[in-house]
Amino acid sequence: MIETMEQANTEVNSDTSILKVHNLNVHAGEHHIIKNINLEIPKNKITVLLGPSGCGKTTLLKCMNKLTDLYKELKVSGNIYIEDDDILNTSTNLPVLRQKMGLLSQRPFPLPVSIFKNVAYGLKLKGIRDKKLINYSVEKHLRETGLWNEVKDRLHDPATSLSIGQQQRLCLARGLAVKPRIILADEPTSSLDPTSSKIIENRFRDLKKQYTIILVTHVLRQAVRLADNVVFMYYGEIIEQGKPEDLFNNPETEKLRKYMLDGN
Amino acid sequence: MNQRKILEEKLFKFLSGFAAYSLIAILAFIIVIIFLKGFNSLSWEMIFKTPKGGYYYGGEGGVLNAIIGSLYIALGATFIAILIGMPAALYINVHLIRQKRTQNTIRYFLDALWGIPSIVYGAFGFTLMLYLGMNASLLAGIITVALLITPIVVRTFDEVLNTIPIGLHEAGLALGSTKAETGFKILFKQGFPGFITSVLLAFGRGIGDAASVLFTAGYTDLIPVNLDEPAATLPLAIFFQLGSPIPEVRERAFAAAAILTIIILIISLGARIISKRYSKSNIK
Repeated sequence: MIETMEQANTEVNSDTSILKVHNLNVHAGEHHIIKNINLEIPKNKITVLLGPSGCGKTTLLKCMNKLTDLYKELKVSGNIYIEDDDILNTSTNLPVLRQKMGLLSQRPFPLPVSIFKNVAYGLKLKGIRDKKLINYSVEKHLRETGLWNEVKDRLHDPATSLSIGQQQRLCLARGLAVKPRIILADEPTSSLDPTSSKIIENRFRDLKKQYTIILVTHVLRQAVRLADNVVFMYYGEIIEQGKPEDLFNNPETEKLRKYMLDGN
Repeated sequence: MNQRKILEEKLFKFLSGFAAYSLIAILAFIIVIIFLKGFNSLSWEMIFKTPKGGYYYGGEGGVLNAIIGSLYIALGATFIAILIGMPAALYINVHLIRQKRTQNTIRYFLDALWGIPSIVYGAFGFTLMLYLGMNASLLAGIITVALLITPIVVRTFDEVLNTIPIGLHEAGLALGSTKAETGFKILFKQGFPGFITSVLLAFGRGIGDAASVLFTAGYTDLIPVNLDEPAATLPLAIFFQLGSPIPEVRERAFAAAAILTIIILIISLGARIISKRYSKSNIK
């Protein structure tokens, strides 16, 4: 009952897109790694960028929070609009832009501080000094990622003392603490064991009520389990996109059909 | 495994083990020789007294002037080197991250600076000192030694930062840190144990170098109280005493060398403890 109500809830938001990609091209020297991509990311949904390794999924994700700035070889052109703000071409305030998005990478990179400070880090960057508020927020986000009960007695231990699955959830909590609208998840379960992966996936299902999630994966079954919207990419191009039931039941292209066969 | 592979494994283990242990043996040998040769002269007086009249002919006194002078110069120079080296290394790794060619050019020059013999720095420092109208002094010594060890600090800091995974860098930026915040709050912390080692390396080079302070710091039997006063140093104290025809004075040279070695061992140990304490949160 509750589930159907939630579904109904998200259906209402389905027409609004939070992020639009328009004619995006990325070159790395001679290589054309993103080929004229147009894409709309619906709000409060899980959009899965699916495709084989090296097809440009991660690069597309990194364009969205401009981490492509770190790589000299990447030349980015086109537009990405986040709430009508053309982030690639206007002189955007980068820290503010990036705080609109939480990043979860392929393997967890906890900051070299304690568990508590990892989550509090983003809050302090935002200028929050009130200790009560910080304590409250740290607990809230650790609960949100299902980590609280596991770490509440050792909040001041180094973050690296956690297992890799816990570290990934800590990184999620850390990202949520800055109150992003979008979660960018770049194969977040690829270095985790099945149990930890499942916890992360379950969290994503809960979190999409409040956040928009863009999940990069090459695992077909993960896409089937999680996606509200699937974007299938192949060598820098979008081959097919749409609702998972349409896409996976009736793939229009040979490429997707073959990928599905290989994946199963 | 066949017989040949087993033999190969054994040989490799023996050769690499031999190389490692022989290094330790050489260090132990050096320390033993220095202590044996200087043992008779090693006394509290040697450490806590300045040279009295006729010290260099076997008279009373110690090398406190050189101990203090060396510590002043090495600490001052290391401080300056960190002050310049830390921002420079962060600049190379944070701001120039997209400019591999500029990074490599800077690294090439720093490597060249590292390779310049210390007597050249001494000569340069001496020229600079005359040009500025300074005398041989503590300050001139500090500046010259700082010139000598800054490339070491920058390059070793740079290597430390270079080994930090780009994912941590991305994590910092993605959380909304500026480049400066990422550099100082995250990368600096992650690199801290490595920085301690590089500071130690630089300090060791600074306190042990004779050629750079020969013309610039001068030599005196007094403990300097001002930056414009000359300062004695342990390497020069060793050098002068070792050249003496009097056996007792030569023995004191070894005692001074032993003191220098002890200082370096103590600082090494301290640095290891500090770096261990601060590295427990670091990602491996």
